[in-house]
Amino acid sequence: MKKSFATAEKRVRYLGSAKEGVGHWWWQRVSAMALIPLSIWFIASLVLLSGADYSLWRAWVQSPYVAVGMALFMLGAIYHGVLGLQVVIEDYLPHHGSRLFWILLVNFAGWILGALSLVVFIQLFVGR
Amino acid sequence: MKTRPLSPHIEIYRPQLTSILSVAHRGSGIVLALGLPVLVLWFVALSRSAEAFHLAQSWAGSWVGRVALLVWSLCFFYHLLNGVRHLFWDVGMGYGLKATYRSGYAVVVLACALTAIAWIVGIFGARWIG
Repeated sequence: MKKSFATAEKRVRYLGSAKEGVGHWWWQRVSAMALIPLSIWFIASLVLLSGADYSLWRAWVQSPYVAVGMALFMLGAIYHGVLGLQVVIEDYLPHHGSRLFWILLVNFAGWILGALSLVVFIQLFVGR
Repeated sequence: MKTRPLSPHIEIYRPQLTSILSVAHRGSGIVLALGLPVLVLWFVALSRSAEAFHLAQSWAGSWVGRVALLVWSLCFFYHLLNGVRHLFWDVGMGYGLKATYRSGYAVVVLACALTAIAWIVGIFGARWIG
Protein backbone atom coordinates (compact mmCIF):
# COMPACT_ATOMS: atom_id res chain seq x y z
CA MET A 1 0.00 0.00 0.00
CA LYS A 2 1.22 3.47 -0.91
CA LYS A 3 2.17 5.70 1.94
CA SER A 4 -0.58 8.17 2.67
CA PHE A 5 0.08 11.57 4.15
CA ALA A 6 -3.49 12.01 5.34
CA THR A 7 -3.96 12.21 9.08
CA ALA A 8 -5.80 9.48 10.96
CA GLU A 9 -8.74 11.81 11.48
CA LYS A 10 -8.96 12.72 7.78
CA ARG A 11 -9.08 9.04 6.82
CA VAL A 12 -12.01 8.15 9.08
CA ARG A 13 -14.02 11.35 8.75
CA TYR A 14 -17.53 10.93 7.28
CA LEU A 15 -17.12 7.16 7.27
CA GLY A 16 -18.44 6.43 10.73
CA SER A 17 -21.61 6.89 12.68
CA ALA A 18 -23.25 10.30 12.55
CA LYS A 19 -24.67 9.42 15.98
CA GLU A 20 -27.88 8.49 14.22
CA GLY A 21 -27.22 4.79 13.83
CA VAL A 22 -28.03 4.22 17.49
CA GLY A 23 -31.31 6.13 17.18
CA HIS A 24 -33.44 3.01 16.93
CA TRP A 25 -31.69 1.30 19.82
CA TRP A 26 -31.87 4.48 21.94
CA TRP A 27 -35.58 5.17 21.42
CA GLN A 28 -36.40 1.54 22.08
CA ARG A 29 -34.81 1.98 25.54
CA VAL A 30 -36.37 5.41 26.16
CA SER A 31 -39.85 4.15 25.25
CA ALA A 32 -39.22 1.08 27.43
CA MET A 33 -38.43 3.29 30.44
CA ALA A 34 -41.50 5.45 29.83
CA LEU A 35 -43.65 2.33 29.54
CA ILE A 36 -42.61 0.96 32.95
CA PRO A 37 -44.84 3.32 35.00
CA LEU A 38 -47.42 3.79 32.21
CA SER A 39 -48.01 0.08 31.62
CA ILE A 40 -48.11 -0.78 35.33
CA TRP A 41 -50.75 1.93 35.86
CA PHE A 42 -52.70 0.85 32.78
CA ILE A 43 -52.74 -2.88 33.54
CA ALA A 44 -53.47 -2.26 37.24
CA SER A 45 -56.44 -0.09 36.20
CA LEU A 46 -57.76 -2.76 33.82
CA VAL A 47 -57.40 -5.45 36.49
CA LEU A 48 -59.18 -3.38 39.16
CA LEU A 49 -61.97 -2.38 36.75
CA SER A 50 -62.29 -5.81 35.14
CA GLY A 51 -65.63 -6.54 36.77
CA ALA A 52 -67.02 -3.02 36.33
CA ASP A 53 -70.16 -2.36 34.30
CA TYR A 54 -70.52 -0.12 31.25
CA SER A 55 -71.31 3.10 33.12
CA LEU A 56 -68.35 2.72 35.49
CA TRP A 57 -65.94 2.18 32.57
CA ARG A 58 -67.37 5.23 30.79
CA ALA A 59 -66.99 7.31 33.94
CA TRP A 60 -63.38 6.16 34.35
CA VAL A 61 -62.27 7.23 30.84
CA GLN A 62 -63.87 10.67 31.27
CA SER A 63 -61.23 11.76 33.75
CA PRO A 64 -58.67 13.99 32.00
CA TYR A 65 -55.80 12.29 33.85
CA VAL A 66 -56.99 8.89 32.72
CA ALA A 67 -57.48 10.12 29.14
CA VAL A 68 -53.96 11.58 28.99
CA GLY A 69 -52.48 8.51 30.66
CA MET A 70 -54.22 6.15 28.26
CA ALA A 71 -53.14 8.18 25.22
CA LEU A 72 -49.52 8.21 26.45
CA PHE A 73 -49.57 4.49 27.23
CA MET A 74 -51.14 3.54 23.92
CA LEU A 75 -48.87 5.71 21.76
CA GLY A 76 -45.81 4.60 23.74
CA ALA A 77 -46.77 0.95 23.47
CA ILE A 78 -47.45 1.20 19.72
CA TYR A 79 -44.15 3.02 19.14
CA HIS A 80 -42.22 0.48 21.25
CA GLY A 81 -43.99 -2.37 19.48
CA VAL A 82 -43.19 -1.02 16.01
CA LEU A 83 -39.51 -0.63 16.95
CA GLY A 84 -39.42 -4.14 18.37
CA LEU A 85 -41.17 -5.77 15.42
CA GLN A 86 -38.78 -3.96 13.07
CA VAL A 87 -35.80 -5.64 14.78
CA VAL A 88 -37.46 -9.04 14.50
CA ILE A 89 -38.16 -8.46 10.79
CA GLU A 90 -34.59 -7.30 10.17
CA ASP A 91 -33.21 -10.36 11.94
CA TYR A 92 -35.28 -13.04 10.23
CA LEU A 93 -36.09 -11.71 6.75
CA PRO A 94 -32.93 -11.78 4.64
CA HIS A 95 -34.56 -10.57 1.41
CA HIS A 96 -34.45 -6.78 1.10
CA GLY A 97 -37.75 -6.49 -0.73
CA SER A 98 -39.83 -8.48 1.74
CA ARG A 99 -37.98 -6.85 4.62
CA LEU A 100 -38.90 -3.37 3.36
CA PHE A 101 -42.48 -4.49 2.73
CA TRP A 102 -43.00 -5.85 6.25
CA ILE A 103 -41.28 -2.91 7.98
CA LEU A 104 -43.47 -0.46 6.06
CA LEU A 105 -46.55 -2.55 6.83
CA VAL A 106 -45.75 -2.58 10.56
CA ASN A 107 -45.14 1.18 10.51
CA PHE A 108 -48.40 1.92 8.67
CA ALA A 109 -50.29 -0.37 11.04
CA GLY A 110 -48.75 1.54 13.95
CA TRP A 111 -49.82 4.91 12.57
CA ILE A 112 -53.36 3.68 11.86
CA LEU A 113 -53.66 2.14 15.31
CA GLY A 114 -52.27 5.29 16.97
CA ALA A 115 -54.64 7.62 15.10
CA LEU A 116 -57.61 5.34 15.81
CA SER A 117 -56.85 5.07 19.51
CA LEU A 118 -56.42 8.85 19.88
CA VAL A 119 -59.76 9.57 18.23
CA VAL A 120 -61.45 6.91 20.37
CA PHE A 121 -59.93 8.28 23.58
CA ILE A 122 -61.06 11.80 22.68
CA GLN A 123 -64.57 10.52 21.97
CA LEU A 124 -64.61 8.63 25.26
CA PHE A 125 -63.30 11.67 27.09
CA VAL A 126 -65.95 14.05 25.77
CA GLY A 127 -68.57 11.36 26.42
CA ARG A 128 -69.80 10.75 22.88
CA MET B 1 -20.86 -19.99 -2.51
CA LYS B 2 -17.68 -20.12 -0.47
CA THR B 3 -17.75 -22.21 2.68
CA ARG B 4 -17.62 -19.87 5.58
CA PRO B 5 -17.54 -20.50 9.31
CA LEU B 6 -21.05 -20.81 10.63
CA SER B 7 -22.51 -19.76 13.93
CA PRO B 8 -23.88 -22.68 15.98
CA HIS B 9 -26.94 -24.25 14.39
CA ILE B 10 -30.00 -23.60 16.48
CA GLU B 11 -31.15 -27.25 16.15
CA ILE B 12 -28.01 -28.69 17.74
CA TYR B 13 -27.61 -25.92 20.31
CA ARG B 14 -28.31 -27.08 23.86
CA PRO B 15 -31.08 -24.89 25.30
CA GLN B 16 -30.08 -22.86 28.33
CA LEU B 17 -32.04 -20.59 30.63
CA THR B 18 -30.32 -17.56 29.10
CA SER B 19 -31.16 -18.42 25.50
CA ILE B 20 -34.71 -19.51 26.36
CA LEU B 21 -35.39 -16.25 28.23
CA SER B 22 -33.85 -14.26 25.38
CA VAL B 23 -36.13 -15.75 22.74
CA ALA B 24 -39.06 -15.56 25.18
CA HIS B 25 -38.51 -11.79 25.40
CA ARG B 26 -38.96 -11.60 21.64
CA GLY B 27 -41.89 -13.98 21.61
CA SER B 28 -43.71 -12.16 24.41
CA GLY B 29 -43.04 -8.82 22.68
CA ILE B 30 -44.61 -10.10 19.46
CA VAL B 31 -47.63 -11.46 21.36
CA LEU B 32 -48.07 -8.11 23.16
CA ALA B 33 -47.78 -6.17 19.89
CA LEU B 34 -50.48 -8.39 18.36
CA GLY B 35 -52.63 -7.65 21.40
CA LEU B 36 -52.55 -3.87 20.83
CA PRO B 37 -55.08 -3.86 17.93
CA VAL B 38 -57.42 -6.02 20.03
CA LEU B 39 -57.05 -3.60 22.96
CA VAL B 40 -57.85 -0.64 20.70
CA LEU B 41 -60.89 -2.48 19.31
CA TRP B 42 -62.08 -3.06 22.87
CA PHE B 43 -61.92 0.72 23.47
CA VAL B 44 -63.74 1.27 20.16
CA ALA B 45 -66.51 -1.00 21.47
CA LEU B 46 -66.62 0.96 24.75
CA SER B 47 -66.94 4.21 22.79
CA ARG B 48 -69.75 2.95 20.50
CA SER B 49 -72.56 1.69 22.72
CA ALA B 50 -73.49 -0.40 25.74
CA GLU B 51 -74.45 -3.25 23.36
CA ALA B 52 -71.04 -3.19 21.65
CA PHE B 53 -69.35 -3.09 25.06
CA HIS B 54 -71.33 -6.08 26.32
CA LEU B 55 -70.49 -8.00 23.15
CA ALA B 56 -66.77 -7.24 23.63
CA GLN B 57 -67.03 -8.27 27.30
CA SER B 58 -68.74 -11.54 26.39
CA TRP B 59 -65.90 -12.30 23.94
CA ALA B 60 -63.32 -11.45 26.60
CA GLY B 61 -65.16 -13.68 29.08
CA SER B 62 -65.43 -16.62 26.68
CA TRP B 63 -63.14 -19.62 26.89
CA VAL B 64 -60.93 -18.36 24.03
CA GLY B 65 -60.97 -14.82 25.43
CA ARG B 66 -59.87 -15.95 28.87
CA VAL B 67 -57.00 -18.03 27.50
CA ALA B 68 -55.88 -15.06 25.35
CA LEU B 69 -56.05 -12.75 28.38
CA LEU B 70 -54.07 -15.25 30.48
CA VAL B 71 -51.36 -15.51 27.80
CA TRP B 72 -51.27 -11.73 27.37
CA SER B 73 -51.03 -11.06 31.11
CA LEU B 74 -48.19 -13.56 31.50
CA CYS B 75 -46.42 -12.08 28.44
CA PHE B 76 -46.91 -8.58 29.84
CA PHE B 77 -45.39 -9.31 33.25
CA TYR B 78 -42.57 -11.36 31.76
CA HIS B 79 -41.72 -8.72 29.13
CA LEU B 80 -41.90 -5.93 31.74
CA LEU B 81 -39.62 -7.71 34.23
CA ASN B 82 -37.19 -9.06 31.66
CA GLY B 83 -37.15 -5.62 30.01
CA VAL B 84 -36.01 -4.12 33.32
CA ARG B 85 -33.34 -6.85 33.41
CA HIS B 86 -32.22 -5.72 29.94
CA LEU B 87 -32.12 -2.06 31.02
CA PHE B 88 -29.81 -3.00 33.90
CA TRP B 89 -27.53 -4.79 31.44
CA ASP B 90 -27.59 -1.70 29.20
CA VAL B 91 -26.05 0.40 31.97
CA GLY B 92 -23.49 -2.33 32.65
CA MET B 93 -25.05 -3.90 35.73
CA GLY B 94 -25.88 -7.53 36.43
CA TYR B 95 -23.36 -9.17 34.13
CA GLY B 96 -21.59 -12.39 34.97
CA LEU B 97 -22.96 -15.91 34.74
CA LYS B 98 -24.15 -16.11 38.33
CA ALA B 99 -25.94 -12.75 38.34
CA THR B 100 -27.50 -13.45 34.94
CA TYR B 101 -28.92 -16.79 36.06
CA ARG B 102 -30.12 -15.36 39.36
CA SER B 103 -31.97 -12.48 37.67
CA GLY B 104 -33.29 -14.91 35.05
CA TYR B 105 -34.88 -17.21 37.63
CA ALA B 106 -36.18 -14.18 39.55
CA VAL B 107 -37.89 -12.84 36.40
CA VAL B 108 -39.61 -16.19 35.73
CA VAL B 109 -40.83 -16.60 39.32
CA LEU B 110 -41.96 -12.96 39.65
CA ALA B 111 -43.75 -13.00 36.27
CA CYS B 112 -45.77 -16.07 37.31
CA ALA B 113 -46.45 -14.59 40.77
CA LEU B 114 -47.61 -11.21 39.42
CA THR B 115 -49.83 -12.91 36.82
CA ALA B 116 -51.45 -14.98 39.59
CA ILE B 117 -51.91 -11.88 41.78
CA ALA B 118 -53.43 -9.91 38.88
CA TRP B 119 -55.96 -12.69 38.21
CA ILE B 120 -56.83 -13.11 41.88
CA VAL B 121 -57.33 -9.34 42.26
CA GLY B 122 -59.26 -9.24 38.97
CA ILE B 123 -61.62 -12.05 39.97
CA PHE B 124 -62.19 -10.92 43.56
CA GLY B 125 -62.11 -7.22 42.65
CA ALA B 126 -64.99 -7.92 40.30
CA ARG B 127 -66.96 -9.22 43.28
CA TRP B 128 -66.21 -6.09 45.34
CA ILE B 129 -67.36 -3.74 42.60
CA GLY B 130 -70.19 -6.14 42.02
